[in-house]
Amino acid sequence: MTTLTDPPKEHFRLSMLLYDTRYRSATIQVIALIGFMLLAAWIISNTIQNLEALGKPVEFGFFGEPASYDINQRLLEYTSRDSHLRAAFIGLLNTLVVAVLGCITATIVGVLVGVLRLSNNWLVARIMTVYVEMFRNVPVLLWIVLAMAILIEGLPAPNAFRGDNPTATMDLFNSVAVTNRGVYIPEFLFSRGLGDIHLFGASSIRFNVSLDLVAFLVVLGGSIFAMRKISGWAAAKQEATGDRPTIWHIQLGVLFVPMIILLTVLGFHLGYPELKGFNFKGGTHMRNSLIALWLALSLYTAAFIAEIVRAGILAISKGQTEAASALGLRPGRTMRLVILPQALRVIIPPMISNYLNLTKNSSLAIAVGYMDITGTLGGITMNQTGRELECVLLLMLVYLCISLSISAVMNWYNNRVKLVER
Amino acid sequence: MSDVSFVRTEMLPEQAPPASEVGALGWIKHNLFSSWLNSILTIISLYAVYYVLSGILPWTFQSVWNADSLNQCREIMLENWGSTHGHACWAVINDRWLQLLFGFYPSHLYWRPILALILLLVALAPVLYSDRVPTKMLIFSAIYPFLMVWLMWGGTIWGPISAALGFVVGWGVYTIVSKQLSGLFGIILGVLASVIWWLFISSYFTSAMASIIPIGMEAVESRQFGGFMLAVLLGVVAIGVSLPIGIVLALGRQSDLLIVKYLCVGFIEFIRGVPLITLLFVASLLLNLFLPPGTNFDIILRVMIMMTLFSAAYMAEVIRGGLAALPRGQYEGADSLGLNYWQAQRLIIMPQALKISIPGIVSTFIGIFKDTTLVSIIGLFDVIGLASAIRADTAWNGIYWELFAFIAALFFVVCFSMSRYSMYLERKLQTGHR
Repeated sequence: MTTLTDPPKEHFRLSMLLYDTRYRSATIQVIALIGFMLLAAWIISNTIQNLEALGKPVEFGFFGEPASYDINQRLLEYTSRDSHLRAAFIGLLNTLVVAVLGCITATIVGVLVGVLRLSNNWLVARIMTVYVEMFRNVPVLLWIVLAMAILIEGLPAPNAFRGDNPTATMDLFNSVAVTNRGVYIPEFLFSRGLGDIHLFGASSIRFNVSLDLVAFLVVLGGSIFAMRKISGWAAAKQEATGDRPTIWHIQLGVLFVPMIILLTVLGFHLGYPELKGFNFKGGTHMRNSLIALWLALSLYTAAFIAEIVRAGILAISKGQTEAASALGLRPGRTMRLVILPQALRVIIPPMISNYLNLTKNSSLAIAVGYMDITGTLGGITMNQTGRELECVLLLMLVYLCISLSISAVMNWYNNRVKLVER
Repeated sequence: MSDVSFVRTEMLPEQAPPASEVGALGWIKHNLFSSWLNSILTIISLYAVYYVLSGILPWTFQSVWNADSLNQCREIMLENWGSTHGHACWAVINDRWLQLLFGFYPSHLYWRPILALILLLVALAPVLYSDRVPTKMLIFSAIYPFLMVWLMWGGTIWGPISAALGFVVGWGVYTIVSKQLSGLFGIILGVLASVIWWLFISSYFTSAMASIIPIGMEAVESRQFGGFMLAVLLGVVAIGVSLPIGIVLALGRQSDLLIVKYLCVGFIEFIRGVPLITLLFVASLLLNLFLPPGTNFDIILRVMIMMTLFSAAYMAEVIRGGLAALPRGQYEGADSLGLNYWQAQRLIIMPQALKISIPGIVSTFIGIFKDTTLVSIIGLFDVIGLASAIRADTAWNGIYWELFAFIAALFFVVCFSMSRYSMYLERKLQTGHR
C-alpha cells in the first residue's frame, strides 16, 4: 500500500535565483534591465555634462528662426526668409518625392529585368545578368555621383539650343528640353482654373491644394467606380446567359468622356518650356540632382528587385507551368494568371525591404546637393545653427517614422495577398 | 498469292538531323530566333551591345597611359588620333593608383597594410576552407585582430596586447567563478572584469610595459588612412565584429525573456529604420558627446563602432531568418537529449541556422562593404573622397570617367568574388536532397 504525501514544501532560498530555471530568467532580465538603464544613464549624464561645457542646452527654439538659405528644387513655395522648420518640411517632401518616384521606376525596371533574365533568348538573358551584376556589386554612392557627372558633362548646355543651327534640339515634339542644367518638362495649366485652397494658414506646414486636381481626381474616381459597376453587370449577365456583352467601348467612354469634358471646361493646356535669355523658362524644371538621384537609385534598386522577382518565379514549381499549358493557356496568360499570383507571395516581403532601402539610400542626396531632409535638417540647418544633437536625433526620428509607415503599409498589403493556408 | 510483304523488314539507316537543328546553327535558331518576338529582341540587343561596345572599347584601349596632367593627355590624344573625344586618359590612374589604394598612408610603410591583408587571408583560411586547412590555424585567427591593429596603426605593441589581455582576464574570471558558483554568475563577473581591465588598468599596463620593454613600430595616425584600404579595413572590422553581436541579438530576439527580447527588438528596428548616413553623423558629431568629458578618440574608430552596430542589426535579422527556418523538431530534439540552452545552440541550432543563412550573411557583408563608401560624406578620404580630391588638383581638373571606372572595377572584383564564394559555400554545405 502506498500513501500519497505532498511533495516537501520548498522554501525560497536566495541561491534559487541562480540555479532554479523558474527564477533564473527573472534574474537575467533584471540584470539586463539594470545594465541597460545604467548604460543609458551614463550616456545621458555624459551628454548633459558635455553640452553644459559647450554652453548648448538642448532646445528646439531655433526651428522658428529664419533659415536664410535657398532650396532650389521644391514642391511648395518657400523663400529663404521662411523658418528652419519650413525648410525641414520642404526637405521631407523632397525625400518622399524621390522615394516614391524611385520605388515606382525600380519596380517597373526590376520586374522587367527579372522576367527577361529568365527569357529563353540567350542574348537577352545574358545582357540582363550583366546589368544585374554590374549594378549590385558597385556602391550606390558611386552610381549617384556617376549619374550626376554624366548629366552635367554629357548633356548639352541651354545655349546649344540657340540660334539658327542649334547643336541640340528639344525632344518629344519640342516639349521636353534635356539640358545640363536639368530637364524641363511641360507643366499643366488651367486657363479657367478653380483656384487653390490654402491649408494650415501661415504655419510651417502650410500648403495649397489645387481644386483643379481635386476635381480631376473626383471625376477619375467616379469613372473608375462606374467602370467596375459595368464590368460587374457584364459578369452577372455572363453568369445568367452565358454570353458576355461587349463592354470595352463603353468602358473607354466612361473613363475618358467625363475627363475630357472636365479638362475642356477648366481650359486645360500644357505650358511648354521656352528658351529665354540664358536659360529655359516655363514648364516644370527637374534639376540634375533630382534626376541623377532618381536614376541611380532606381537602377540600383531595380537590380535587386530583378533578383527577387527571378527567385520568386523560380520558386514556383515547374508543375504549375505545365498544368497551365495542359489547360491550354498561352505563355503570357500562364504568367499572369498562374505564376505571378503565386510568386507574389514570395516576392513581396523582400520587396518591402528593398523599398525601405531605397528610401534610406535617398539620404545620399547630400552627395549631389539635392535638398532632401538630410540636406536641409541634417545639412545646412545643422551647420548654421550648430545644434548637432537636436538635428541628428530629429533626422533619425523622421526616417524611423517613414520606414515604419512604409513597412506597415506593405505588411498590410502582404497580408492581403498572402495565400491563406489552413 | 505471292508472299510479297509490303512491310519493311529492316531498319532504315539513321539520317543526320537537319542542319538547322544541330550545331551552331541549331543553337542560334533555338536560343536567339525561336519566335518573332525573340528575333526582334535579339536584333535590338545585338544593336545595343554593338552601340555600347563601340563606345567603350576604343575608349578603353585607344588610351593614354603616360602623362602628367589632363592637358598633356589631351595633347597626346590630338597627336595620335586627331581628337580628344572617345579616348581614356588612364594616366591619372597610373599617376595616382597608390593614393587611391592607400590614401595618405606613408609610402615607406605600404608593406604593413599589404602584410595585414595577406595575414587576413591566412587567418580566414581555416574559417573559409575548413576542410583543407588544419584546425590549429584557428589560434592564429584569434590572434589576428590584435596583430592587424598593431600593423595598421603601429605604435607600441603593448596596446594590442593589453586589449587582448582584457579577454584573457575575462575568460579567467569566468572559468574560476563558473566552477565555484554558477555559469551565469561567471559570465557577468567575467564581462565586468574585462570592462574594468580595459577602462582602468589597461592604460597603466600599456605605459608601464612600454617603458620597461619598448617594442614598437612607427605610428600612423588615423587621418592618414584612406583610399580602398580604408574601405577594406572598415568592411573587415564591421563584418568580423558584427557576426558575433548579430548572433547574440538574434538569440535575444528569439528568447523567452521579455525584457531582453524587447531590448533587442528595439535596437534592431531602430538601426534598421534609419539610414547609415545618420549613424555616421552620430559617429562624427555626437559620439564624443555621449562619452565622458575629455574623451576624444579618433574618427576612424568611431566610424568603425557605428558601422559595426549597423551591420550587427542586419546580421541579426538574417540569422533570425535562419533560426526561424529550422524545423521545430531540432529544438525539441536538443531538449530531449538533455542539452542546456547554450549547448543546444552551439551543437545543434547554430551550425544549421548559420548554414541556412549563408547567402543572407554574405549579401549583408557585400552591402556593408559597399556602404563603407559613405564615409566620404563625413569627410574621410575613402576612394570616392579621394577621387574628388584628385579632381580638385589643377593637373587633373575635369577628369571623371577614368576614376569612376577604376573605383567601380575595384568594388566589382571584391563584391563579385564574395558573392561567387557564397554560392560555392552553399553548394558545399548542401546536405539536403536535391
